[in-house]
Order: sequence, then C-alpha cells, then structure tokens
Amino acid sequence: MRFVAKYEQMSTLQDTTNEVLTLAATHFKVPREQLTQDDDFFKKLGINSLQALDLLTRIEQHFHIELPDYELQGVSDFRTLAERIQSRL
Amino acid sequence: MLDLRQYNSLGDALRAALETWPDEICLIEADRERENLRLTYRQFKQAALPLARAMQDAGLVSGTRAAILMTNQSKWLISAYAIFFGGGVLVPLDYKLTAAEQIKLLQHSKPEFLVVEYHLWRALTQAEDFGQIQSRIVLVTEVPKGAELAGAKRWEEFVSTQESTFVPRERKEPACIVYSSGTGGRPKGCVLTHENYLEQCRAVAPVFPFLPGARYLSNIPTNHAIDFMGGFVMPFTGGGTVVHLRTLRPEYIREAFTRYNITYMAVVPLILKNLQHGLRERFAGLPPLKRRLLNTLIAANATLTRRRPNLKISRILLKDVHQAFGGGLRALLVGGAFTEPATIKFFYDLGIPIYNGYGATEACTAITLNDLKPPCTETVGRAVQGMEMRTINPNAEGVGQIAVRSKTVMSHYLDDEDMTAQTIVDGWLMTGDLGRIDGAGHLQLVGRMKNMIVTEEGKNIYPEDVETYFERLAVKEFCVFAANYLWPERSMVGEQLILVVHPESGQTITPEVISGIAERNRRLANYKRISGYLVWDRDFPLTASMKIKRVELAEQISKSVERSAVLSL
Repeated sequence: MRFVAKYEQMSTLQDTTNEVLTLAATHFKVPREQLTQDDDFFKKLGINSLQALDLLTRIEQHFHIELPDYELQGVSDFRTLAERIQSRL
Repeated sequence: MLDLRQYNSLGDALRAALETWPDEICLIEADRERENLRLTYRQFKQAALPLARAMQDAGLVSGTRAAILMTNQSKWLISAYAIFFGGGVLVPLDYKLTAAEQIKLLQHSKPEFLVVEYHLWRALTQAEDFGQIQSRIVLVTEVPKGAELAGAKRWEEFVSTQESTFVPRERKEPACIVYSSGTGGRPKGCVLTHENYLEQCRAVAPVFPFLPGARYLSNIPTNHAIDFMGGFVMPFTGGGTVVHLRTLRPEYIREAFTRYNITYMAVVPLILKNLQHGLRERFAGLPPLKRRLLNTLIAANATLTRRRPNLKISRILLKDVHQAFGGGLRALLVGGAFTEPATIKFFYDLGIPIYNGYGATEACTAITLNDLKPPCTETVGRAVQGMEMRTINPNAEGVGQIAVRSKTVMSHYLDDEDMTAQTIVDGWLMTGDLGRIDGAGHLQLVGRMKNMIVTEEGKNIYPEDVETYFERLAVKEFCVFAANYLWPERSMVGEQLILVVHPESGQTITPEVISGIAERNRRLANYKRISGYLVWDRDFPLTASMKIKRVELAEQISKSVERSAVLSL
C-alpha cells in the first residue's frame, strides 16, 4: 500500500511538471520540446522577474490555486516550481 | 509634516507622529484583493509597544542591533518602530538575496535580534551555514500551525503587557546599518545615523510633501533606502498612509491605484516600463478616432506643461488616463537604476510627473532629484536641499567623479576603516560615478569609476561575483569588467559586462573556448550574464599575492583598445 501511495505521488508530480512546462511554452511562445524540468526558466525563456510573476498568475488560473509571490523566491527551475505547486494542490 | 529639526532620533520623530495624528490611517495591508489590516496611528502604537517591551525584557537596550528580514508588510514597520523606540540599531536585510547571502550579512552585522518571515526563516534553516547565525532572539512571523521553529519564537506571541520605556538617542548615533553590496566579496555595511535620516527627510519633503490623506504604495523592498524613506519615515512624519500589497504582480499594482487612491509610488525602471507597456497596449486597442483624439490631447498637455507639471490641466485633458491611476496620483518616483529619458517623457506627456533622481545608500538615498521645473529628462536633476555636489578633476568636457557633502552622508562602513577612508575624503563622499554638472545645476551621469553595473530591476552586479562562474576556462587568465567602467558612455541604460581573456602563449581562441565561455555564461542568472569577450594578448598585472590589479588592467585596456574590439557571444 505504501509503495502504491508513493508511486501515485511521484506520478502526480510528474504530471504537474509536464503541465507547468506546457503552460510556460504556450505563455512565452517557445516550442514545448525545448523545455525540460531541470531548465532554469529565467535563462531558458530569457525572462525577467516580472515576467516570471506573470507565469505564476497563469499557473494559478490553470491549477485553481493561490501561490504567494514568495513561492518563487529562490526558485528558478521548473521541477522545484512544480513541487511548490504540488504541495498546494 | 513634523518639523524634524526638533527631534534627535527616528524613534523620537516617529513617536511624535503617533501622538500627532492618532485617528489618521497610517497603514493598510492587502493581500491581492483582500484587505488584511487597516491601522490608525493610535492602533499602530498599540501594536508596537507591547513588542518593544518584550524586546526590552529580552535585552534590547541603547545600541542593540536588531535585523529585519521580511517582505513589505505591516509587521516590518511595527517591528522597526519597536526597535527604534527601544533605542536599537536596525539592520534591514534584503529578502531577495539567497539564504547563504543573508547569512553572510548576518555574520557581518551580528544582530542580537532577528525578525523574519516564516518562509525566509525556513530557507535559512535549510542553508548549509545556518549554524553561523548567532542572533540570540529570533522572532518569526506568520508561522503555520505545527511548524518547526528551530529555536525561534513566534512574533505574534512575543509581547508584554508591561509599559515599555522610550530610549532616547543622539543625532550622531547609528540608526541603521544598510548593506549597499558585498554579498560576493567585502560586505559594505553603511552605518547611517539618525541625523542622516532626519535630514534626508527634510531635503526630499519639499518635492514629495506628505500630509494626512496622502497615500504611498509600497513596492520597492523596504530594506532599500528608497522605500524605507518613502514607505515609512516620510509618510509617518507627515501623517500619511502606507499601503502594502504583499505581492509585486503588475495586475494587483495597477488595481491598487484605483482601490486605494494612491498619491505617490516609487518604482524601479523595470516596473515603470511595465506600466508604460500596459498603457501602450490599451492605447493601441482604441478605435482609430478615439486614438487620434487621445494623441491630440497628449500633444496639447505636453505643450501646456512644458515648463512645469500642472496636474489640474492634465487631469481635465486626460481624464481617463488619470482615472486609471486612481485619479489622485501626484507623482511617481523612479530610482534604484538609471531610467531611459523616453520612458520618463512618455509619462510626463500624459501629465503623470516622473521624478527621476540619483542616489546612494552611502548618502542615505537621494543625492539629486529632477524637480521638473522645467523637466530635464536627459539628466538626473539637481542636488537636493542641503547637498553640496561637485566633480573631482573634471576633464575638458567637465566630466569628473561626482563627490557630495551633506548631513545625510553616512558615518562609516561597518568594521572597515580602509574602505571608509577611501570613500569619505575630507568629508566628501566619493560616489565612484562619473558625471557633469550643467550651468543650471543639473547632473548628467555618463559612466562609472567603479567596476559594476546596475540593472533595470535596481540590482547591483559586481564583476568579481560573476567571475567565479568562469573558473577553469581553457585560457591563461581572465577578468570581468563593466564595459562602462572601461569605456564610459554617455548613457547608463542597458549596461553590460564583458569578459577579458588572455590566451596561453601561441594559443588561439578556438570555437571550443568560445563555447566554454557561452556554456558558463548560461549558468548565470540572465541579468548577470556577460554580453561579449575581448581577447587581450598581454600578461595581466598581478599583486605579490597573484591577484589581478584590476584598476591597472582596466587602464591598459581602455588606453589600447576601443569598445568595438569586444566580440559578441
């Protein structure tokens, strides 16, 4: 049972990461296949801190959650961002 | 506005403000569209004094250092007042730094108290050097139920019902230690006195008068000198109101203008450009006829206000634009970095005065401000009241290092006599910036004598910090410089860093070396990246301990090659 629960959790995080990558690709008009979960989104997308906050708003709308600005503090890769989202789903 | 000549310390002046306007609103805190809190000056005092007493019981006495590490919010200001009331010295720290960088500054400033938001405390506890934090008392705000506090106390529970004791301080005694840089190398902790702040407030008040009813939207981090003055000391000593949003998202900032009828806001150039972009998009979406009418009105407003702003006329001519900003906006202050004249002009033509200026933490914020009489967007304005300003060793064009003398110049750098002696010479603060002062007293900045750049977000970037990313590059030696430091330009917009590489004898710069540079560059945050590289064929001048003599190398480069020799990546 414990194994199944853990597997489900891992699977969900992967789903969330994929959705975040798709949202970022659409929002900033870059091909989805160019983005990977370990990418630094500031560097890969060439965006500034305000544009990153824009992405956060887009993510909130998609997942129907509220992400305080500080959840982006010190976060620059898609995977960690997805983890922060996951903990609020 | 209180007559600040009567007071000896920030605690003294703020205490008088709380007594002068007990029923006026001093603070509004909103979280997006939800209003969390609204405090009168009386309620602010009632919130701060029990904290001050508890801090005094825990050892806060005259001169005790207490750090605040928080985003812009009500508890920042309540804590700061409690510290000043108890005679403490405030160390405001930048919440945008990494936990490792924050720990470095805590190690340097050694505060006995640390007031910190939960999410920032959590990051500190997870940092490798967490054990280096020596603060005796850590107060954490907004801790979730059941969260592990690693020995800290909950801010909300740290109160005492006993009466607190006001501790007077002298004008020349330290009020704050503010870090202007040094997270990568030598920390620069500016020791600013009570006099510095009180005089800075007096110097800027004629341009931004705060009266009861005036509302300031706090946006730049409060640890930064601009918001500490504009979003705390100035509105409080004038009976005004500070509005905190708990978010920096542009959509909520735009909404706040109308919801809270904002009077003033200070922004960094990046935010100003974002507001400009939003307005341009709205204008572009107008039907052609309306757009033509708008352009005519903008042109008429620009003509009628060419000598000085006239809000009455502008609010009539461009009513819709002003309504979008709440209808009560009197001015935007832009600072923290250089702003493009075209952006300032865009807003000015709409009748929204943009006061650009130039300042330094070492001078307790503003050195110059554009008084807009008349607007002179190519410059950063005239010296503020009480500020003497001159150029050192000006060249034929009048360009030299800017030096200033004023009661607002800091006392010294914390624990660094050498750097203090280099920076304050015979009472004059050497800014390290190059400029020219015109006949009307306007300052035009043209470059830097110090090797650094400032981004549009107001971030100071030091080449020494960037250099570490290029370690093990396959060349003999390398060094990073700010291009404006080597070849001062007339503009300080879009400043760039460049990498100087010296190949081994007989080595050519192959595509592999270039891709090695590019690969390392990609690891840097986008605003810290170098824009190009310069191949240098001579040995770098070195000290006895084999460190690069940067000043000497910079002189050699700027004398021998033009900026056009820099190759793009």
